[in-house]
Amino acid sequence: MEYFLQQLINGITLGSIYGLIAIGYTMVYGIIGMINFAHGDIFMVGSFVALIVITALGLTISTGLGLTILALILVLVTAMVIASVFGWTIERMAYRPLRGSFRLAPLITAIGISIVLQNYIQITQGARVKPLQPIISGGYTIMTRVDTNGEFAVQISNMQIMIIVVTVILMTIFSLIIAKTSLGRAQRACEQDRKMASLLGINVDRTISMTFVMGAALAAVAGLMFLLYYGVIDFFIGFVAGVKAFTAAVLGGIGSLPGAMLGGLVIGLIETFWSAYFSIEYKDVAAFSMLAIVLIFLPQGLLGKPEVEKV
Amino acid sequence: MTDETIKEANPGWHLDAGKVAKDLVVTALLATAIFGSTIAYKTVSAEGGLALETRYDIAFYIIAAVVVGRLILWLAVWSRPSGHRSPVMPANMKASIAFLTTKIGKGFATTMLLIALVFPFLPFTDRYLLDLGILVLTYVMLGWGLNIVVGLAGLLDLGYVAFYAIGAYSYALLAQYFGLSFWICLPLAGILAAFWGIILGFPVLRLRGDYLAIVTLAFGEIIRVVLLNWYWFTGGPDGLSGIPRPSFFGIDFNRSESGFAHIFGLEYSSSHRIVFLYFLILALALLTNFVTNRLRRLPIGRAWEALREDEIACRSLGLNTTTVKLTAFATGGMFAGFAGSFFATRQGFISPESFTFIESALILAIVVLGGMGSQIGVVIAAIVMIGGFEIFREAEQYRMLIFGLAMVFIMIWRPRGLISTRIPSIFLKEKKAVSSDMVSQGEGH
Repeated sequence: MEYFLQQLINGITLGSIYGLIAIGYTMVYGIIGMINFAHGDIFMVGSFVALIVITALGLTISTGLGLTILALILVLVTAMVIASVFGWTIERMAYRPLRGSFRLAPLITAIGISIVLQNYIQITQGARVKPLQPIISGGYTIMTRVDTNGEFAVQISNMQIMIIVVTVILMTIFSLIIAKTSLGRAQRACEQDRKMASLLGINVDRTISMTFVMGAALAAVAGLMFLLYYGVIDFFIGFVAGVKAFTAAVLGGIGSLPGAMLGGLVIGLIETFWSAYFSIEYKDVAAFSMLAIVLIFLPQGLLGKPEVEKV
Repeated sequence: MTDETIKEANPGWHLDAGKVAKDLVVTALLATAIFGSTIAYKTVSAEGGLALETRYDIAFYIIAAVVVGRLILWLAVWSRPSGHRSPVMPANMKASIAFLTTKIGKGFATTMLLIALVFPFLPFTDRYLLDLGILVLTYVMLGWGLNIVVGLAGLLDLGYVAFYAIGAYSYALLAQYFGLSFWICLPLAGILAAFWGIILGFPVLRLRGDYLAIVTLAFGEIIRVVLLNWYWFTGGPDGLSGIPRPSFFGIDFNRSESGFAHIFGLEYSSSHRIVFLYFLILALALLTNFVTNRLRRLPIGRAWEALREDEIACRSLGLNTTTVKLTAFATGGMFAGFAGSFFATRQGFISPESFTFIESALILAIVVLGGMGSQIGVVIAAIVMIGGFEIFREAEQYRMLIFGLAMVFIMIWRPRGLISTRIPSIFLKEKKAVSSDMVSQGEGH
C-alpha cells in the first residue's frame, strides 16, 4: 500500500510533464491535422536553454528560498520565450510553405526538423549527458511503515509539489486563454473549419503560428521540470518523451486540452507502475504498446469526439 | 544608391526599404534568440557542477550570416516582379514534359543498369568504391521495398527498419543456433519478416495515415528495445558477431583447395567476395524491382494504387482494405527481410544500434525525395543521399544536420519528389505519363 502510494505520487509527477508536452501535440493536431514530430525536440531545446540559464545564474542548492523561486521564474520565462521563437520559426519556415500540399509532406519536414534540432544541440552543446545538481531539496513524509523489512516512508518532495503546482497553474492559464480570449476563440474557430474562419476575417496563419508558440512554451516548461526532476538531460530526450506525449494526446482524445492532461497522467502512471512492478527495461515498450492499443480500441480517445469520415 | 534610383534602374523591382528593414530587424532578433542562446553559451562539466563556456564570436558570425542571407534573398529573389516569380505552364505542355521525362527515364534506367553491371570491373573501382556501391544498392533495395508500402499503397511506415532488423537477426540467430547457411536463411529471413509484418500489421492497419505512421514508429522502437534487452538470446547491446560470410552457392571464398579461387582457376584475392556481395545485392535489388513492377499489373497491385488514391472509394467497391494493406505491408517487409539478412552477412556483426529510427527516416527520405511510387526516383535519391553522406564523411558531426536540412529544403522545393510523374499501370488506348500535379495522391487515410 505504501509502495503503491509512493508510485502514485511519482506517476502523477511524471504525468504532469507528459501532459504539458501533450498539449502542444493536441493543439497543433486539432488545428491543422498534422503530427508535429519536432515537438519533442522543442521540449529538449527548452530543457537545454533552462540548463544554460540556471548555470549562468549560478543557482545551487545553497541559494536562499526566495531567491531560488525568483531565479526559477526567470529561467522559466527565458526558456518559454526562446522555445517559442524556435516553435514560431519552425512553423514559418518548414510547415507553412507546405500547407495545402499533400498530407504527408509536413510530417516529413517535421521529421527533418527533428533530426536538425537533435544534431544542432549535439553539435553546439556536446553529446555527453548534462548532469545538474539538485536545486530544490527537502520534502514531506506522508506516512511511514515499520515492519520486519525495515522502514518504508512515503515521501513527496518539494520538487514534486512544485511540478504539480506549476502544471496546474499553467493548465488553468492556458485553458482560460483558449476559453476566454479572442485568440482562443480564433483557435477554436480554426479547429472547426479553417476556410469558414478565414472568411469571417480570422487571420488563420497567425492563429496557427500562435498555436505553435503556445505549444512550444508549454514544452519548454516541461523541459525545465524534466531537468529539475531528473537532474540529467541529453540531446536525445526529446524523441522518447515526444512519442510518449503523443500517446498521451491520442489517449486523451486529440484536440482536447483536458484530454491531453488526463492522457499525460495515465501514461505517466502506467510507466511508473510498469517500472515499479514489472521491469524497468521494458518501460518504453509498455508506453509504445499502450499507444497501439489505444489507437486500435479507442481511436477517438477518452475525451475526444468521434471523427466523422467525409467523402 | 537610394531606393528610388534602384526602382528607376530596374522598372520591375518592388523593394520597399522600410518593409525590408523591419523584416531584417525581426530576423536578427529571432536569430539572436535561437543562436544567441544555444551557440553563444555551452554548458561544460567543471569542478563541482557545470560551467559556461562562451562563444560570442561564432554566434555573432552565424547571426550576421543569417541576416545577410535574408538581405540577399530580398534583393535577388523576392524583389522580382511577382508576375515573373512562377511562370504557369499550360497543361498540355506539362503533359509533354512529363512524356519527355519518361522517355529519358527509360533510357536512363537502362544506362544505370549497365553501369551497375560493369561497375566492379571498371579500372578506377577500388575496394572503397565497391563498398560504397554495395551500400547504395542496399538502400536502393530498401527504398524499393518501402516504395511498395509508401509509394504504391500510400501507407506511411516509419518503422520500416524493424523488418530490416528482423531479417538481419533472423539470419544471425538461425546461423548461430542451427548452423544454417546463408542461402537457406535468405528466404527464411524474408518469410519471417513478412510474417511479422502480418502480425504487427493486422491490428493497426485500420488506422488513418498519420496515426498509422506513429504506430509503425512505435513498433520499430519496440523491436529495437526488445533486441536491446533480450540479452541471453540476442546479445543485447553487444550484438551478434561471427555471423558466417556468404558462400558462392556452397563454395567458400578462401585459399583452400575447395575455395572459390582454386575451383575457378583464379588467383586468390580478397576482393572476390566483395564483388560477389556486390552482385548479390544487385540481384536482390533487381528482384525487388521486378516483383514490384509485376505486382503492379496484378489485381493486388492495382488495389494498392486504388487504395492510395481513395480508400473510401475502394471500400465501396468491395475491396477488403485490411487485406490489401496487409499484403502491401508484408511484401514490403519481406524485401526488407532479404536486405537485412544480406546486411548481416556482409557486416559479420550486427547490433541494435544499426536499426535506429534514423535508418527508417533515411529510407523514407529516399522514397519520398525520389518521388513516391517512382522506381527510378528511388535510385537517384539513394545515390544522392548516400553519396552525399560520403562526401560529408569528413564533417562527421555535421552530416546528420545537413541531412535533416536537405530533407526539409527538398521537401519544400519539390513536395512530390524529384521524379513526380506518374505512369498509369493500366490504360485504355495509349500509355501516357501524368504529371503529379493532376492527381491527388498519398493521402493515406
